[in-house]
Amino acid sequence: MAGFSYFPHTEDDLRVMLERIGVASLDDLYQDVPERFVFRGEYDLPDAMSEQQVRDYFESLAAQNARLKIFAGAGAYDHYTPAVVPYITSRSEFLTAYTPYQAEISQGTLRYIFEYQSMVCTLTGMDVSNASLYDGPTAAAEAMKMALACTKKKTRVLLSRTLLPHVIRVVETYARFHGVELGYIDARDGQTSLESLQKELEAGDVAGIIVPQINRYGIIEDLGGFEEAVHAAKAVAIAYCDPSALAVIKTPGEWGFDIAVGDGQPLGIPVSFGGPYVGFMACRKDYVRKMPGRIVGQTTDADGKRCYVLTLQAREQHIRREKATSNICSNESLMALYVTVYLSLMGPKGLRKVNCLSYGGAHYLHDELLKTGKFEEVFTKPFLKEFVLKPLVDTEKLQQKLYEGGFFAALSTEEGYVSFCVTEKRSKEEIDALVALVKEV
Amino acid sequence: MSKVIEGLLYSESHEWVKVEGDIAVIGVSDFAQKEMGDITYVDAPEVEDEVTAGEEFGALESVKASSDLYSPVSGEVVEVNEALEDQPELINSDAYGAWIIKVKMSDTSELDALMDAAAYQALTEK
Amino acid sequence: MKYYDKLIFELSKPGRQGFTLPENGYGRCVKELPEGLRRQSEPELPEVSEPDVVRHYTNLSQMNFGVDTGFYPLGSCTMKYNPKVNEEVAAMPGFTGLHPLQPGVDGAKAVIEGLDKALSAITGMARFTFEPCAGAHGELTGLMIMRSYHMRRGDLARTKVIVPDSAHGTNPASAAVCGLEVVEVKSNAAGLVDVEDLKPLLGPDIAGIMMTNPNTLGLFEREIGEIAALVHACGGLLYYDGANMNPMLGVVRPGDMGFDIMHLNLHKTFSTPHGGGGPGSGPVGVAAHLADLLPTIQVSGFHGNFGVMLRAYAYILMLGRQNVKLAGKYATVSANYIKESLKDVYKLPIPTVCKHEFVFDGLVDDGAREGREGATTLDVAKRLLDFGFHAPTIYFPLLFHQALMIEPTETESLETLDAFIDVMRKIAAEAAEDPAILKEAPHGAPIRRPDETTAARQPILKYQDA
Repeated sequence: MAGFSYFPHTEDDLRVMLERIGVASLDDLYQDVPERFVFRGEYDLPDAMSEQQVRDYFESLAAQNARLKIFAGAGAYDHYTPAVVPYITSRSEFLTAYTPYQAEISQGTLRYIFEYQSMVCTLTGMDVSNASLYDGPTAAAEAMKMALACTKKKTRVLLSRTLLPHVIRVVETYARFHGVELGYIDARDGQTSLESLQKELEAGDVAGIIVPQINRYGIIEDLGGFEEAVHAAKAVAIAYCDPSALAVIKTPGEWGFDIAVGDGQPLGIPVSFGGPYVGFMACRKDYVRKMPGRIVGQTTDADGKRCYVLTLQAREQHIRREKATSNICSNESLMALYVTVYLSLMGPKGLRKVNCLSYGGAHYLHDELLKTGKFEEVFTKPFLKEFVLKPLVDTEKLQQKLYEGGFFAALSTEEGYVSFCVTEKRSKEEIDALVALVKEV
Repeated sequence: MSKVIEGLLYSESHEWVKVEGDIAVIGVSDFAQKEMGDITYVDAPEVEDEVTAGEEFGALESVKASSDLYSPVSGEVVEVNEALEDQPELINSDAYGAWIIKVKMSDTSELDALMDAAAYQALTEK
Repeated sequence: MKYYDKLIFELSKPGRQGFTLPENGYGRCVKELPEGLRRQSEPELPEVSEPDVVRHYTNLSQMNFGVDTGFYPLGSCTMKYNPKVNEEVAAMPGFTGLHPLQPGVDGAKAVIEGLDKALSAITGMARFTFEPCAGAHGELTGLMIMRSYHMRRGDLARTKVIVPDSAHGTNPASAAVCGLEVVEVKSNAAGLVDVEDLKPLLGPDIAGIMMTNPNTLGLFEREIGEIAALVHACGGLLYYDGANMNPMLGVVRPGDMGFDIMHLNLHKTFSTPHGGGGPGSGPVGVAAHLADLLPTIQVSGFHGNFGVMLRAYAYILMLGRQNVKLAGKYATVSANYIKESLKDVYKLPIPTVCKHEFVFDGLVDDGAREGREGATTLDVAKRLLDFGFHAPTIYFPLLFHQALMIEPTETESLETLDAFIDVMRKIAAEAAEDPAILKEAPHGAPIRRPDETTAARQPILKYQDA
């Protein structure tokens, strides 16, 4: 038999092993598999390739993708990833470890998760954070379940219609099967309507609400009055946030909210065709035992040395099985490391600057686009880095023109608007080039 | 050997009941606390919650386990032992002193289904 | 490994910075935003230089044990070697720079289609969805498909799902999230699903059964043919938990055993790194009659963990037709070799041939004597750390009190297996002689055993609370 580089087994090795086991062949180890189930065919797979062939193949596939200047967001934001981030996260001690069940030889993972939790707490203004969830939309779905667990005899969760579409779709999927009744809070002038919320709360059956802090139109929502209304109805207030923006905009904690969720992707994680990203969740201290996912805590070892462990595990599936707060097991630990290293590099000043550059670029683009006469303003509310306009030209022609010019911009929304997003990665020259193309449409 | 106290009533799921008029004081037995090991959290109901005989009313947690608490009687929770919130270890040090909830019983005949000390002792020695 | 004591926050000094960003030439900034929408205080993030960051996280990494560090026989986790070409492929800018909603993604689509075809060929399923981000997420998605199938037929009475008592904890938890009631089926003395116990559970309220095959004891459920016939006859579907798919490579396809829905853990069977607990990927495959249900269920934001899919596809292409089918048998021979080499000193509750993993139930002689407590499975696990091995999975499955679950995978050499066996025998001898040395272990790790009770009683969950 031919060798293969990942398998150390030689003919001699196999003979030694089979002898010890007391069987004649590898096939004898499968005598308990009924003959009718044994796969006797050949897998419909290509022949083995050399490493160079594999690399060449993927390079050819990568070359079939368009490399575009990204001027769109909608839940995935093209912020700059400093070189240190992939460098550190590709260290094999982090990359090839499993979940840190053996704390004594997993202090690296446990320590960065503790740092990550601390950073998520300070960004959101919340008391406690978990060690990560899959992505933003699933974090919102977990928060929906958590609202029900934190309230008694309540059956309904309200979603703002201004949440990003993919967040609504995933929460709806979970609700449909988990048996949660959803209600919707209407939008008014591009922002979640407090009047609509108050009306929905009247029924007294609402366990929680999920509203975005920066919504599907890019608008920074004014959540004044929300906390009071929700808490008067003994419900839980959940904010869906862009964590990068939280360095400069009012936090869920400052708004008096109970749970903050969102996607950590804008914090140093490449857009990567949608994943892997990382969902975050933070909450008020008194809800910690209802929180899904792993949590790391600080303690001391037998010699009194400071150390870190997985804690409050009695909430989790491996202990409580069907009564667990969630089914989540593997989460997105390495992506939490991306976030932690990124935030360590940026610090409060860097993250503020990222927001200022994004804000400056987005407002410049917004104003320049309006000047072309090809768009109309839809909303006049404050925005940060993302905004929508109503196109006065054929949307498909506009998109095609920009695509051919090397841009991904003017993403269509469900409402018939087009959205734009600018991060610190985009230069003024790129913005000018985009606007010049728009003028030609 | 775990301690069993005379004068209390016991359930098969290892809760004890001390009857004070129409109030049932409820905790877990010494046997149960030993089985759990170091208790790290007591998940108790709130005052005014209703509990039902044979149904869950909370849970005990240790580092590696969680054990549901079953109410031996039905009624309304009138008091919760708040000391356990910060000091769950009180159950480990004195299982019969560290009561968990007090319930105003709606049907005292449910007590007839519980064991006396001797019967419970026999159960734990099986 | 050496102990390093700092948190990144403790290196912080105002005025230091680890970032470089262009100057703001727009003349506009966030302070234009209305006061009421702005954050009032600066976030408490560290202010550190770039070399500080690199050294800090390098120091942290050196307190970690990964597959690249040493043997990692963690049962049910399939800690096989993570090939490095996978990492190169996943880091190609032509993939990492793609926005999930952008046009011009033919190459990315070809990756997904190619992986779908390869996994379908390996499992005998018709089609996969790649949205689930981990195994448990796949289970949940699979159960949603199961329920959708019944709902579509207007059969709303099927609200229960059968789960074996040996199942991974995620199975019942996923069922609960999916709104299904869990009915447990017992294992028999041979460690397999008890068909006689199963029969009375089957009825018009059963949506289906979740099975892991080989199961968590590493045993092949040889009565799967009869089980499939019974479950299908009652109108239910069969779900295959692919956590233990590795030993089936090249031998059995779940589709051929009668499974309708399954998930794979790309971070187990298909060699993608576990990353300290994710990102994983839990694609769900279905039989042809369920394929049209896949687009009706969106369980994550975009297309799933594409970066993980790239790695798995690179792995399959490297191995090719010839080598994929060897992985399973090599994993199985390695597990059986360890089992046979240690069964005289560790209790083997079920002495049959295993697949990729097996379970011991503690030591034959744990050293317990008059007035002396014996060594437990936890003690054995901690002592292993002193010898440069990761511990096996412990106290799972719940069927045995001292469970020690060992899975070597196909990427470990005979010399590594022998070294592990020698150490396990040495530990057994130490236990018989004096269990204290095990109870005090580990002696050589960066820390000794942590106080988990205090951690849970008085949680300190962030730097600001410490």
